Amino acid sequence: MSQPRHIGDVLLKVDNVSLSFGGVKALTDISLDVREHEVRAIIGPNGAGKSSMLNVINGVYHPQQGTITIHGKVRRDMNTYAAASHGIARTFQNIALFRGMSVLDNIMTGRNLKMKATLFEQAIWIGRARREELANRRKVEEVIDFLEIQHIRKTPVGRLPYGLQKRVELARALAAEPSLLLLDEPMAGMNVEEKQDMCRFILDVNEQYGTTIVLIEHDMGVVMDISDRVVVLDYGKKIGDGSPDEVRNNKAVIDAYLGTH
Amino acid sequence: MPRSSVPAGLDTFPRLLLHHAKVRGGAPATREKDLGIWQTWSWRKVAHEVRALACGLAAQGFERGMHLAIIGDNRPRLYWSMLAAQCLGGIPVPMYQDAPAAEFVYVLQDAEIAYAIVEDQEQVDKMLEARPSVPSLAHVFYDDPRGLRNYEGVTSFDELIEIGHAWDRDHPDFFAAEVAKGRAEDVSIMLYTSGTTGKPKGVRQTHSAFITAAHGGCEFDHLSADDSILSYLPMAWVGDHLFSLAQWVVAGFTINCPESADTVMTDLREIGPTYYFAPPRIFENLLTQVMIRMEDASAIKRWMFAHFTDVARRCGPEILDGKPVSLGDRIQYAIGNLLVYAPLRNVLGMSRIRVAYTAGAAIGPDLFRFYRSIGINLKQLYGSTETCAYVCLQPDGGVHFDSVGLPAPNVELKIAGDGEVLVRGPMLLKEYYKRPDATAESIDADGWFHTGDAGFLDETGQLRIIDRAKDVGKLASGAIFAPNYIENKLKFFPHIKEAVAFGDARDTVCAMINIDIGSVGNWAERRGLAYSGYTDLGAKSEVYQLVRECVEQVNAELARDTALSGSQVSRFLVLHKELDPDDDELTRTRKVRRGFVSEKYKVLIDALYSGKDVQHIETLVRFEDGRTGMVAADLRIEPAKTFSPAAATKAA
Repeated sequence: MSQPRHIGDVLLKVDNVSLSFGGVKALTDISLDVREHEVRAIIGPNGAGKSSMLNVINGVYHPQQGTITIHGKVRRDMNTYAAASHGIARTFQNIALFRGMSVLDNIMTGRNLKMKATLFEQAIWIGRARREELANRRKVEEVIDFLEIQHIRKTPVGRLPYGLQKRVELARALAAEPSLLLLDEPMAGMNVEEKQDMCRFILDVNEQYGTTIVLIEHDMGVVMDISDRVVVLDYGKKIGDGSPDEVRNNKAVIDAYLGTH
Repeated sequence: MPRSSVPAGLDTFPRLLLHHAKVRGGAPATREKDLGIWQTWSWRKVAHEVRALACGLAAQGFERGMHLAIIGDNRPRLYWSMLAAQCLGGIPVPMYQDAPAAEFVYVLQDAEIAYAIVEDQEQVDKMLEARPSVPSLAHVFYDDPRGLRNYEGVTSFDELIEIGHAWDRDHPDFFAAEVAKGRAEDVSIMLYTSGTTGKPKGVRQTHSAFITAAHGGCEFDHLSADDSILSYLPMAWVGDHLFSLAQWVVAGFTINCPESADTVMTDLREIGPTYYFAPPRIFENLLTQVMIRMEDASAIKRWMFAHFTDVARRCGPEILDGKPVSLGDRIQYAIGNLLVYAPLRNVLGMSRIRVAYTAGAAIGPDLFRFYRSIGINLKQLYGSTETCAYVCLQPDGGVHFDSVGLPAPNVELKIAGDGEVLVRGPMLLKEYYKRPDATAESIDADGWFHTGDAGFLDETGQLRIIDRAKDVGKLASGAIFAPNYIENKLKFFPHIKEAVAFGDARDTVCAMINIDIGSVGNWAERRGLAYSGYTDLGAKSEVYQLVRECVEQVNAELARDTALSGSQVSRFLVLHKELDPDDDELTRTRKVRRGFVSEKYKVLIDALYSGKDVQHIETLVRFEDGRTGMVAADLRIEPAKTFSPAAATKAA
């Protein structure tokens, strides 16, 4: 069914970014933009620089050259705290959850930036701390409902199967109510059914909350199905950018990536 | 005596609802866990919602006699929708929510559905998929708006309620007038039978039938407005309709809707229902979970559990029935209750249970006795869609695992010459929808309904069911062959999930078996047996050995019964895939479609009888998303030891 979503202005722009680790050039002169409410995919073979790109956007890596423009503000680089306050949330390729903590507590950590109460207030559970906890718990419960993980609410994350851990990680990112969500291989290692569920969740997030989504994914079928625009990287260079159909027919892309499959 | 016990003037479900709203308006009628918190609606609030909903439907053109399809998990709003349709003289038609769109089409067409209230996007998608083949389906309403914002041609439940409020303001006398028009003999619900043969049939039941059945059940077990149940079984099943709607509105107790299908166990513990209903497989799953967790417990706990379940097995059921038990056993049982049974009941969410019922399939004697032994008043009932799930009930103090109880109040029962069970009473169906032929076939001139089950009354006057009458056949030797009886005996083993026995007009009996992947998987894990999936596990020689032990035990039991000693299973195989309703092998209520299965697996049956040791087979399977794939396997066929009747008697 066609989804007449309203794709808006440019939310995030990366201009001429280059990043190297010593002699290794991870990214060379990359420019790309992300529009509001769209699903934007970054694809490319292994080592193409996809995760590096996400890490630059999210402030984990600081590029040697280039600028990042978010919400109209131009920055030399980001730091993780600034990224989070700009409404950027992300999930990781290797799941980064607190394994000993329950699903609920893990997702609550996603609300960290929304809590203003002091340590003292929180420790003795008075006033603001109490009100905040209730409001935040409600928000978290909405996310739990949205991702259909009520049955594991109290289960320690370490005991969950991989597919569900991925979903919990998405839940934690959503709890921060991001305007821009970065997903690093959200479907890696999943079976067909789990992949379908995840696709549905990503599209639902995009549609219901209007969240802009940037995702890295290996499964070409998935990327072509759910993305509005796709950018293709190879050896740290951008070799293609456009709608899934344009990318599919791009000679350089076929040679570099699709042709190898 | 029949209907005098139903309060005068409260002869339809809408009238009963309004009655509760008046006399116990503030009492909880419905609860649902939402966003982690139990939300409660009082009877007054429910009546208010139903009124708005009925007005909304009327504003959309829904009229007396029309059908309203209801599809989804057990959501309060879906139960209210049934009542709203009934207020307008309409007929709710609940359907199994896990069926794919293609299966809906037949029922939607047959019932000429124009209005449907469904739970969520999944069900809306199915409705839209079915629409081209069901042109009458003009109005689709949905409860959960998630993912549906940009859909066209469907309306949200909230919008329907708004429309209803507006309509109610403009037509303030409308609702009361509509409820006043309702008569007890109006059809209140149409339930489609799953049907092990042929297309499903719409069973039309009246207000009077379901109210009588509900009332009889409530009196029999002393149910009142103070009781509380968890509503988690499919709404399209007659059992859920009796317990969660008919008895709910008749007795005025509280129904609780779980948060999701996966949280039922947790929700059960939180609610602690006083009245509980589950098919045998759920009781079995619960016990399996307990057993698996006990194996991981400390040595002292394991010893305590083993010791006190032995005590309970010895005297628990007798104590529950109020029979004489020695003082020593009573003391032991009291200690066991403190240390094991009460905590166990608590873990199972059954601390407050006064009455629990099981029905829908045969329950294993060990399983049945276990629950009764730890103090849970588990009983069996017998009934079908055509009888409002109400024919026989086991009375307190008179419970036997192999019978299904005494005829319920207002029910007449007799056994026909050929062994078929016949029933008569106010709970019988009015008719099959658009099938006068089928109606005439099942209800004879004297008003007896032919259940299609073969059974007899035992010495205490309780009914014992042997098998489906049409399935009972004869071996080539002329001895009676009751396949269900054999299959049930096999399925009582936790390792065997499903079994299909063949033998009609043959010399011997052979069986195809599905292992239980949970139970056998756990067994394999404990032995360090590696396997990749169902097909692989089922083909292991260790598993064959395990299954053979079960089969031979059943053979030994059969040998003891002179009439059935010829029905011992001589050869068996473990199927390469689980029988599944999506592949049409089982009905939605998980009964084997015998004819279809023997057609589909003809090559295997031939191999069983031709003495082959291995048979190659390829089978088309349908995944939940509707795609199909092939499963191929070389199945081993193994013989099982049979016993001569005399030897078995000696061994026993």
